[in-house]
Amino acid sequence: MAATADTATDTSTTPDPHPISRAEGWRRRLPLMPAFLFVVICTQIPFLLTIWYSLRSRNLLRPEGEQFVGLRNYLDLAIDSTFRTAALNSILLTLGCVLVSLVLGLGLALLLDREFVGRGVIRTLLITPFLIMPVAGAMLWSISMFDPTYGLVNWLIGTVGISPVDWTSQYPMLSIIVALVWQWTPFMMLLLLAGLQSQTGDVLEAASMDGAGPWTTFVHITLPHLRFYLELAVLLGAIYVVNTFDQIYLMTAGGPGTASANLPFYIYQRAFLGFDIGQSAAMGVVTVIATIVIATFALRLIFTSINAKEQS
Amino acid sequence: MSTAAVAAPARMPASAPPRPRRPKGQATGRLLTVLAWAAGLLFFAPVAWMVLTSFKQESQAASSPPTFFFTPTLEQYTSIIGSSGAGSYLLNSVIATVASTALVLVLAVPAAYAVSIRPVKRTQDVLFFFISTKMLPIVAVIMPIYVIAGQIRMLDNILTLIVLYTAMNLPIAVWMMRSFFLEVPGEVLEAASIDGASLLRTMRTVLLPMVAPGVAATALICVIFAWNEFFFALNLTAANAATVPIFLMSTMTSEGLFLARLSAASVLASLPVVIAGWVAQKQLVRGLSMGAVK
Repeated sequence: MAATADTATDTSTTPDPHPISRAEGWRRRLPLMPAFLFVVICTQIPFLLTIWYSLRSRNLLRPEGEQFVGLRNYLDLAIDSTFRTAALNSILLTLGCVLVSLVLGLGLALLLDREFVGRGVIRTLLITPFLIMPVAGAMLWSISMFDPTYGLVNWLIGTVGISPVDWTSQYPMLSIIVALVWQWTPFMMLLLLAGLQSQTGDVLEAASMDGAGPWTTFVHITLPHLRFYLELAVLLGAIYVVNTFDQIYLMTAGGPGTASANLPFYIYQRAFLGFDIGQSAAMGVVTVIATIVIATFALRLIFTSINAKEQS
Repeated sequence: MSTAAVAAPARMPASAPPRPRRPKGQATGRLLTVLAWAAGLLFFAPVAWMVLTSFKQESQAASSPPTFFFTPTLEQYTSIIGSSGAGSYLLNSVIATVASTALVLVLAVPAAYAVSIRPVKRTQDVLFFFISTKMLPIVAVIMPIYVIAGQIRMLDNILTLIVLYTAMNLPIAVWMMRSFFLEVPGEVLEAASIDGASLLRTMRTVLLPMVAPGVAATALICVIFAWNEFFFALNLTAANAATVPIFLMSTMTSEGLFLARLSAASVLASLPVVIAGWVAQKQLVRGLSMGAVK
């Protein structure tokens, strides 16, 4: 990979790309640069500023009181019990939503992985929740479904004699998870269905020849084949679900109190309602670090799978 | 399951007579079909209810027990479409979605070309960097963006949303297009380069026609995310640049619970993406998995 300047002129005529010169390297990198710089400027500069803010005491309501406070914002976080609740809620929400929608999505994908009357229609109906605008979905669940007096859910449980429940106040986390699972199950299903349909029929037939029952076939053949798709579904689902804001903002506003606030919502609250820039910035930095640590493990896992898949 | 039962006798002629298994297999098949229908209808039920509610009078929409049979009215739809201001939200959403998607494509096509067809060392690092920005919680950068936008007088300006939606979708777009570019046979490109075609010419005449379906899938994903985006719009826009999700939210908060009207607004707001997604189901799968799933 040693790039030397003296080969700069003649590499373009050589079909063999190794070794590439410095100039050729830059020529190849050039088309990448606009996108790269755009993303760096829009994400990294604001994030560096977030780190800077996190080391300062800054409150937009008291602009004169701005000063460098070192790590005090971070130390304050350590004793902020609401921050802990929000962090815990983030984990609960992400794990709960991703796992439940993964299992449901797998079930639905298995149901749809066979010929039957109206299969196309059912698939279309099933993917619709994913396509509904999240703001509309959140309001649909908080009002039409979960409203204590005229919500559909209470009417349904009323027909079997259960008395009405004020879902979003009594069970805020459950309500949000239900709305999220409804929105994300179709995504999992689509991905896993693609995985199932990439499975060749011969293997399944051979398994059935060997006398394997449906369950044995599923555990020993289908699941290993789906591994890559399952990991991808978990990774992509988690990226989006961990950032959940719309549903919390519109269904419970993080309440009652802060019972259903996740990290994005709590940071938003501190920043835009409390105008406490320093504190919210510190929370942002902690969230990013935690996310990066978890994501690195997840990415490593998935890249092992991608490489295995490309080699096979 | 039924195909396996039919195929079995051909391969195992003598040993196991398949006859007794068939009725059972058919019964299971029918049960699974019923289950699939039930699940499909269950997941769709809230959407169906939203659509149903949007054709009601307000008194019917907020009745307990719920009204199932009524004379449909278009009152809610006409009142929303006729309401002053709804058009500007729609226009803002269309501008932000179309402009950011176009910008994403302009930036992502060359980038994807560079990382897939002519990779250099550290290409994988750049790909990792792109995807890692998607892990960056948006809230962690909203405050500086708010402050910067305020200082350069770009708050409540649709350009700000266009830039941010582009940054939001660009990494996914590069990943998706990379996978489509990787499928282009190397010989085709070599032939073009031997014929002396320039880079731009090769891209325009050889590459882009081959990856057009991939570009379309990428555009679809970008459109969906930009159209539905709420967080940036909520924090960075006010009267001038607010988009459809903000309109939807204000319908709920400013007018109290007008359920039928809200449902009609939800249906209208969701409709473009729902129709696009229905039409392009296959591309959607491919796009959502960033092209890793073929």
